[in-house]
Amino acid sequence: MRIAVVVKQVPDTETKVVIGADGRSLDESNVSWIVNPYDEFAVEEALRVKEAGGGEVVVVTVGPARAATALRTCLAMGADTALHLNDPAFEGSDSLGLARVLAAAVRPLAPDLILAGQYAVGTDNRQVGAMLAELLDMPHVGVVTRLEIKDGGLIAHREIEGAHEVVESALPCVITAQKGLNEPRYASLKGIMAAKKKPIEEKNASALGIDPSTVGAAGARVKLTRLELPPPKQTGKIFKDDPEAAVKNVVRLLHEEAKVI
Amino acid sequence: MGGILVFAEQRDGTLRKASLEAVSEGRRLAGDKELAVLIAGSEPAALAPEAARHGADRVLLASDPRLALYAPGAYARAAAAAVAACDPDLFLLPASAMGKDLAARVAARLGTGLASDCVAVTAGPQGYTARRPVYSGKAFATVAFEGARPAMATLRPNVFPVASPPRPGRGETASLDVRLEEKDFRSRAVSVQAAKGTTLDVAEADIVVSGGRAMQGPENFKYIKMLAEALGGAVGASRAAVDAGWIDHQHQVGQTGKVVSPSLYIACGISGAIQHLAGMSSSKVIVAINKDAEAPIFKIADYGIVGDLYQVIPLMVEEIRKVRG
Repeated sequence: MRIAVVVKQVPDTETKVVIGADGRSLDESNVSWIVNPYDEFAVEEALRVKEAGGGEVVVVTVGPARAATALRTCLAMGADTALHLNDPAFEGSDSLGLARVLAAAVRPLAPDLILAGQYAVGTDNRQVGAMLAELLDMPHVGVVTRLEIKDGGLIAHREIEGAHEVVESALPCVITAQKGLNEPRYASLKGIMAAKKKPIEEKNASALGIDPSTVGAAGARVKLTRLELPPPKQTGKIFKDDPEAAVKNVVRLLHEEAKVI
Repeated sequence: MGGILVFAEQRDGTLRKASLEAVSEGRRLAGDKELAVLIAGSEPAALAPEAARHGADRVLLASDPRLALYAPGAYARAAAAAVAACDPDLFLLPASAMGKDLAARVAARLGTGLASDCVAVTAGPQGYTARRPVYSGKAFATVAFEGARPAMATLRPNVFPVASPPRPGRGETASLDVRLEEKDFRSRAVSVQAAKGTTLDVAEADIVVSGGRAMQGPENFKYIKMLAEALGGAVGASRAAVDAGWIDHQHQVGQTGKVVSPSLYIACGISGAIQHLAGMSSSKVIVAINKDAEAPIFKIADYGIVGDLYQVIPLMVEEIRKVRG
């Protein structure tokens, strides 16, 4: 089975957000970059599918030069090859622009299965997986916590409000991974050494046959115009006295002042 | 500007609250323009009057037994047909599991722009803009739509009020001409399994009570459940409690869990790691219960009790019963 995994390099989840000088971007000077946590579930699942039934795993990312580190991490986990889609023309892409770049790269690979994280932390858009499926004319199942490949199709559990949907799908299919799908492995020392010899192929817009006006800032239909920190919170009323009095006070305030109970 | 289209999600023959919020916001933004509402399902006609009460001028029904449960391809075809039928400037969906999934697929099909999980949508001279949390609420982004028709946005649950419209919608009902194809069902839900325990999801609940590391084990979550039940709320958990295996990750609130914005969030025995704060800091009222007076959670709490949660929670349940009668 040929499996493509879409990953993204994102700021560490513990990052303190500092707004950049332009007022609409993240100040990246003190950011440490990681593989998006949900993408790790996607890579792990791809490796498990491969280990169970054979095949090949290619990881794909869109990003600047630094994003190669994320690909190297996935190769160290056990992916076979990597594809780095890097072109200044891709900068400022909205989700649909990213999906267009990814679709152009993944289509010639003719994968049987595409896996991605259910969303990339930071931008929090939750769009690219389903968009990629649409552009490739494939079905998709989003926010998956359980996956079983069988008889040329798959059965997935998809997380919804207070329940799971049991979803059947044909292959090829795009799956987006949710926490709970598996427990991602750590790269072994052997894996890290092996990853250094594995190929990372780089492709730009012209190699992908992409019209630059359809991607990046030029093609974006949604543009970020301002980024700001949430308004600071006022100091609350904290009760340290005896618990009984504290509880009485807080419940009364919730009822009379905040009016939420 | 032209009209507005809203997708209203039904499950088990009822419209979800997040969808009524989206319809209400659609009515507010539409002003005197037309508000159309799309409902898909096996027998969605029964839900049309409710949509009209919340302001729908036109209710478009995509009716097919195969639409009883969610099938992304089929729902996307219905949504694209609804857009073609009413040519709206703006297409709103609830940022529910289904709404988010469907919106992305439809935006790609229409080649348009989508803003996810918005907390405000504003009409301006240059078109619509939206405000949305990023970095799990550690920052807010304002986004503009450029050459996007319709502009699309999903609306975060529990943010927009379900309002009585200034005037009821005309409520004209029309069935939508959707030709569903075999390939639209390549992926489709075949059943829904309720999660163990509660069916009230943290992301939808108006009140959330969460437990953290201080729970020490799965059995003590009964305290959290007790308080949640007294308030009619949902049970949440910090990443520490989920990673320790004390409770299912469905309950996790935080950057790698769910982002919630209930009216009331009660954090019990949660220190307030940045990871967790990211998921709940936009709650309207925050209560913290923690033994450690220096815990960072108190910095963002509106009300705090420094004390042992095993003593505080039972007292609180008793007191809430008194207040609520």
